[in-house]
Amino acid sequence: MEHQLRRETPLVEMQGVSKRFPGVLANQNVDLVLFPGEIHALLGENGAGKSTLMNILAGLYHPDEGTIRWRGKGVELDSPRAAFEVGIGMVHQHFMLVQPLTVAENVTLGLNDGRMILDLEAVAERIQLLGRRYKLRVDPNRPVWQLSVGEQQRVEILKLLYRDVELLILDEPTAVLTPQEAEELGETLRQMTAEGKAVVLITHKLDEVMRFSDRVTVLRDGRVASVVETSQTTKAELAHEMVGREVLFRLEREEVQTGSLILSLRNVHALNKKGLPALQGVSLDIRRGEILGIAGVAGNGQQSLAEVITGLRTVSEGQIWVGATEVTNQPPLTAIEAGVSYIPADRMGTGAVGTLSVADNLMMKSYRRPPLSNGQLLSFDAIRGYARYLMESFRIAAPSPETPVRLLSGGNLQKVILARELDAEHSLLIAAYPSRGLDVGATEMVRRHLLAQRRAGKAILLISEELDELLTLSDRIAVLYEGRIMGIFPAAEANIETLGLMMAGEAIGNQIDSLVKSNQQN
Amino acid sequence: MRLILEKRLDIDPRRTLAIRALALVLALVAGAILLLSVGVNPFATYWAMLVGALGDKSALGQTLLKAIPLMLTGLAVSVAFRMRFWNIGAEGQFAMGVFATSLVALFGPPALPWLPQALWLPLMMMASIVAGALWGLIPAALKAYRDVNEIIITLMLNYIAIGWLEYLFYGPWKNPEGFGFPGSAPFPPYTWLPMVAPDQLPRVHWGLIFALLATLILWFVMSRTRWGYEIRLLGENPNAARYAGISIVRNTLLIMVVSGGLAGLAGMVEIAGIAHRLQQGIMLGYGFTGIIVAWLARLNPWGVIGVAFALAVLLVGGNQIQISMGLPAAVALVLQGLLFFFVLGGDVFTQYRLRVVEEGKELA
Repeated sequence: MEHQLRRETPLVEMQGVSKRFPGVLANQNVDLVLFPGEIHALLGENGAGKSTLMNILAGLYHPDEGTIRWRGKGVELDSPRAAFEVGIGMVHQHFMLVQPLTVAENVTLGLNDGRMILDLEAVAERIQLLGRRYKLRVDPNRPVWQLSVGEQQRVEILKLLYRDVELLILDEPTAVLTPQEAEELGETLRQMTAEGKAVVLITHKLDEVMRFSDRVTVLRDGRVASVVETSQTTKAELAHEMVGREVLFRLEREEVQTGSLILSLRNVHALNKKGLPALQGVSLDIRRGEILGIAGVAGNGQQSLAEVITGLRTVSEGQIWVGATEVTNQPPLTAIEAGVSYIPADRMGTGAVGTLSVADNLMMKSYRRPPLSNGQLLSFDAIRGYARYLMESFRIAAPSPETPVRLLSGGNLQKVILARELDAEHSLLIAAYPSRGLDVGATEMVRRHLLAQRRAGKAILLISEELDELLTLSDRIAVLYEGRIMGIFPAAEANIETLGLMMAGEAIGNQIDSLVKSNQQN
Repeated sequence: MRLILEKRLDIDPRRTLAIRALALVLALVAGAILLLSVGVNPFATYWAMLVGALGDKSALGQTLLKAIPLMLTGLAVSVAFRMRFWNIGAEGQFAMGVFATSLVALFGPPALPWLPQALWLPLMMMASIVAGALWGLIPAALKAYRDVNEIIITLMLNYIAIGWLEYLFYGPWKNPEGFGFPGSAPFPPYTWLPMVAPDQLPRVHWGLIFALLATLILWFVMSRTRWGYEIRLLGENPNAARYAGISIVRNTLLIMVVSGGLAGLAGMVEIAGIAHRLQQGIMLGYGFTGIIVAWLARLNPWGVIGVAFALAVLLVGGNQIQISMGLPAAVALVLQGLLFFFVLGGDVFTQYRLRVVEEGKELA
């Protein structure tokens, strides 16, 4: 049927591709056909094998079994260079750019055109030409560290276009973009496909699949679950294919009476790791039973905001109160004892210790008190019992409490952190990107827990890059841009357009100002 | 076809042991080839080493005597390494322990003659622990408050401490009745560490008891207490530890008090148990060897005891073959080197496995 729709020869045919990692079968007998001129979405939960499959195509992994054909001819892709030479390039989730070098230098890096002399001006000229053609505006002579995340992504794409690739693979490209930037990226991709190039979009976001793609391949547990024309399917159907069961999209969000003031920030300034201003006069309040959502493109001070409240980062000016306790520039323990629970964005780096057991990770916040310890002495029976109890009530799938957490899947790791932070005594919950990278099922669970927290009268600071999530969960939304709050307004009155503009740093007229003022008077 | 190293997902203690055993065998085989190539019977040599280190009471005593300071410095280093505080300075902390012990033993009794003689040994012990701890606190404080690299500071402080001891026994503390030999006057006999069982194990002093006690306490603290858990968190992931409300500054200082204190105590038992005076040859590099001990023992306190003893067997046995087989001292060193090479090299395979990849057959 597909061949009736597209009469051209396929660009890529992957047949019976399998890839094994120690203990995991990442891809199992996968067939994938890509045609010139299509945007093909590769949809799947975390760990479904999307990135592995594309890394094989980009020459980073070697398949254990299977064949790859390019324009009908068998090819061996044993290095990224070999893939480039064929015409395949990939933009990874973590950009592979050299920060101190300029855009032009980055683009030409690793390019072996046989000439001894590097003509950067010619490179820059061609970058500008490509930039105009594909709407990828970026100054070729600026060093990469000065660019925003969105611009860096454009450089990555330009790198591939410069090498004349015919197939572009983009791994979760919109995670770091504002809605407007995502829309612009969509235009760029359409321009490419209009010229006969093919694009693979790796994603787990259904909206994106519906909006951008021509066809979808759904992967589940390393196997192809279905291949469909996007126009012939629905979000619910795709979600079902992806998870293997029905998924509820509606979450019950009841009316909750807000209570006393729990978190209060007044004119908070802070520097980031590089010593540059990360927060520039942030003031906000959260009450009991309220979720305040923080919207913003990653890297606009969200991390620092969570860190100054939890005592992990010092404040250069301003004050922070949690209930009746001032936590400004106090050690992290003060914040914990004042009732702050924190689900950090960097789960393995901050939220958990990979080499230690599930039990050791679950006790991180409560080991100081009975029954887990008496004085200095740890009680192992109590610790094991506590771990079993949390594993059961949060349905953490791990062989035993003694299993090292690095062996858990992303969803189960997040459950460990969630269980620990929600079980610790707290009045304020800071959740930074709590559903990032999680599959549909785990995301749903995280959101339910957040709403349950709200019902239980906790104050919640929710940092997220998913506007959908912010709009469904939050009572109020604050937009953070370059360490400043651009506005705080009720989620019911927010629309994605305005939010997007504010996330890009545009102050939105008087309407917002008045909202901010009325908010401050509350 | 191609060989690749793949990270193992599980680390099995039994496999680790098997790999160690195999490494030992390979080291012995390699050593045998070497010995054969110079015309020496390897079996006779190995047998002579074993007999020399364990063959009779005096040999065993000699070996234990060698193992005691290695146990204590091994423990000292391993405790700091558990927190990823790279204390290369056990040698210097050992030297400061020697210094404090000598100070108390030489000048205490004349200054306070009315103190009961039995008090001097405990005082020397305390002095050595405090001195080692203070010497260890210097790099700890620099690291905790100013983020100064501890490897460089601990290493440099070693040479200062060693130089300071040399200055003392060549200069102001030199025994006027010592016929010009560099060294202090002997300590009064009641400041000598008593022997554990003079008839069964000649010369083995109470340091052995201290080392075993220290091992027991450290094992208990590290595996059963809140503080041990905090150190484990800090060692495995300092960011997560900070996030859990654990103070890095406080624990860096604490861990170096323990580490430096143990190294200082090692200095005390060495000088009060064997030499009984401050003299040339007191610094034999036990602080540095302690690093190897800690590493081979994977920072496990009981492992330290085993490795220290095994290393002592090698050292004493190596010395013995010089006498019994008439082999040059270098042979013992070469055998030692081979053993480290195979054991440490083999460690790669406790964390990685070799996999053979067939290439070129699957792609058309």
